[in-house]
Amino acid sequence: MDFNDTTEQAQFRKTCREWLEQNAEPKSSSSRESFSDIDFLEVAKQWQKKKYDAGWAMLHWPKEYGGIAASPIERIIWAEEESKFNVPRGIFEIGLGMCGPVMMEYATDEQKERFLPSMAEGTEIWCQLFSEPSAGSDVAGLRSKATQDGDNWVINGQKVWTSGAHFCDYGILVVRHDPNLEKHKGMTFFFVDMKSPGIEVKPIKQITGGSSFNEVYFTDVVIPDSQRLGAIGDGWKVAITTLMNERLAVGDANGADVKEAFNWAKKQDDSGEYLINNRATRESIADWYCEANGLKNTKLRTMSALSKGETPGPEASITKIVSANKLQDIGNFGIDSLDMAGMLKPENNEIQSFQNAWLGAPGLRIAGGTDEILKNIISERVLGLPQDPRADKGLPFKDIPSGN
Amino acid sequence: MNLDFSDDQKFLQSEARKFLEKEGSINRSRKVLEDKQSIDKELWNKIVELGWTGIRIPEEYGGLGLGHLELCVVAEELGRYLAPVPFSSSVYLFTEAIIKYADEEVKQDILPRLISGDIIGTLAVTEDLFAPSKTNIKTLTDNNLLTGRKIAVPDAGIATHSLVVSNSTSGICLRLVDHSSDSVIIEHQDTIDESRGHFSVEYNNTPSILIGDDSNGWDFYENLLDQAAVLFSFEQIGGSQASLDMATSYAKERYAFGRQIGSFQAIKHKLADMYVAITLAKSNSYYAAWALSTDSSDLSVASATARVSSTKAFQLCSKENIQTHGGNGFTWEYDCHLYYKRSKLLSVNIGSLPNWKEKLVSGLEKSNTY
Repeated sequence: MDFNDTTEQAQFRKTCREWLEQNAEPKSSSSRESFSDIDFLEVAKQWQKKKYDAGWAMLHWPKEYGGIAASPIERIIWAEEESKFNVPRGIFEIGLGMCGPVMMEYATDEQKERFLPSMAEGTEIWCQLFSEPSAGSDVAGLRSKATQDGDNWVINGQKVWTSGAHFCDYGILVVRHDPNLEKHKGMTFFFVDMKSPGIEVKPIKQITGGSSFNEVYFTDVVIPDSQRLGAIGDGWKVAITTLMNERLAVGDANGADVKEAFNWAKKQDDSGEYLINNRATRESIADWYCEANGLKNTKLRTMSALSKGETPGPEASITKIVSANKLQDIGNFGIDSLDMAGMLKPENNEIQSFQNAWLGAPGLRIAGGTDEILKNIISERVLGLPQDPRADKGLPFKDIPSGN
Repeated sequence: MNLDFSDDQKFLQSEARKFLEKEGSINRSRKVLEDKQSIDKELWNKIVELGWTGIRIPEEYGGLGLGHLELCVVAEELGRYLAPVPFSSSVYLFTEAIIKYADEEVKQDILPRLISGDIIGTLAVTEDLFAPSKTNIKTLTDNNLLTGRKIAVPDAGIATHSLVVSNSTSGICLRLVDHSSDSVIIEHQDTIDESRGHFSVEYNNTPSILIGDDSNGWDFYENLLDQAAVLFSFEQIGGSQASLDMATSYAKERYAFGRQIGSFQAIKHKLADMYVAITLAKSNSYYAAWALSTDSSDLSVASATARVSSTKAFQLCSKENIQTHGGNGFTWEYDCHLYYKRSKLLSVNIGSLPNWKEKLVSGLEKSNTY
């Protein structure tokens, strides 16, 4: 056991770091990824372009699409180094992490040449249009309709929880082309120009007060058949490719962690003592420390496998369940530590980070697979337990009970 | 980056697993428990023949001279198969203490006999129905003669020697005692898991040898626990995984309401929670194994982290394994209770969960990095 890079990895890390040092500011505790809202998209696009020109944007992609054909471990090394710098995040992840792989696998060579480099360069941003008001965890229950009309398809329906739809140029879309077929067989997959006539984007106001997601309405939107990805009726199969990638993309919940809780407890008053001397606090800190380090060390095990050129085990599947729940608990702890003043929103970064954690965590426990769906995945794929019997099995989609 | 065991270490682990499987270690554990035998001598002798008692002992004393990582992989298998042998007492605690703190003469005398199985050692610390501490040790050494009474000493009835945490005029010290002296009275104590015997040990002006210096005994003891906690963690992981495996296969075989119970989300999510707990425990234990094998300054916090995670994992997995088995899980006949009981034995043997959580947080307070 050791934590050292191989000679090649160390060399690669050095190359990453040198480029980053020349092109970005290192993170300091004071400059915590602070970009004002209006400029953020522009700043993010500039950073993406800079990375693209140097080959870092999608480094594991083949050279013809702007990558440098990097190995998985090199990709992780780059991400580790980049995370030490103050750079904009949160704009391109879905497009590059989920839409890119689907296009790579199902688009024609011509389409790949047209769309992949601009996606990597950040000149065009992509979103994912899967969830619907009646299709969340059971995303295969989606109802948006595709009707074939000569060489085109006409789309009607509504998508929801679409991150970034208001600034995206293209999206990947799964819709139902035949409600008379069984639910998993009646779907077809497309990519769509988000500027097409008939698309309307409305922001969703979240419990945090912010709006990172949208509803997207489709009214007689025309998509050429050439933008179909996979065969007619293969929509679910193509969607699964994306969802597998989503599970890798939505990982560790960002926000207040055990370190913040510990440092806060060392200075917060608790009936005339420091909060860290409270036995219940100490137990909680120990539990969170075990979880936080368990995840960190799990990541190191995954990296060890990649570093040896092996396929990692399923251990990374625990990340979101553990981190989102921990985030919620730590947020709770921070607010409770103020006792009756816990309702207030004072000008204090630490307190705000606990409040943000508490308000944001419910969303993280749902996005990219709810806790319950993730536990189903672990029990079915890792432990080999049988699926729930399905009330909708074998039925034509239109006959499945829907409650309305 | 390599937070994983080497191919050689994995080979040793798979050989250990085959051996314990072939020897029917779990049934042996049940037999020991039912007959209150404290040990399966035959299995212990075979373990000695395999050389496991000398894994960490340097070659100059006749041992294998391997590292802690080799001990970790063997520990995981002993835990998986509930081996009814005094390995944790004699190897993780007693042998490690001799290697680390004894002088050359004692090493030459003791280590070869630990390898050959002629000596089985244990650590005697508790004196009353609460946690021992620096300030409540009453056992006293005067002029190398030891007097006092220890309780809940694991494996003492079959141990030839004990390492005793004792008080003295100069402070807490560790004393090596040979049980063959008439002045040592050992009595079996009833416990909630008889698959490994626990005993009271009374010392009456018993001759003893000082191990380490005569005033820093408590620090030595704490350090021994830090080391042993990593090895206990691996035993706990083995036991956790065995519990999850049992629950998983039962959930696939057992039908209720016309379907496999493993198809109910109430069961699936329970088993997924067990998998999550094991994964956290395993990853933390790997890190602690690295810290142990490199004598890292991070050992104290790393071992407490491994210990807390693994104790939680084994407690969760062993109790939910019973729950998954329903009424069958509550019968003497099924093996579920063997794991439930072993999980408690391993969780209290070197200190309870709340006390290890406390150790973890005080370790964080002492370290400047956090």
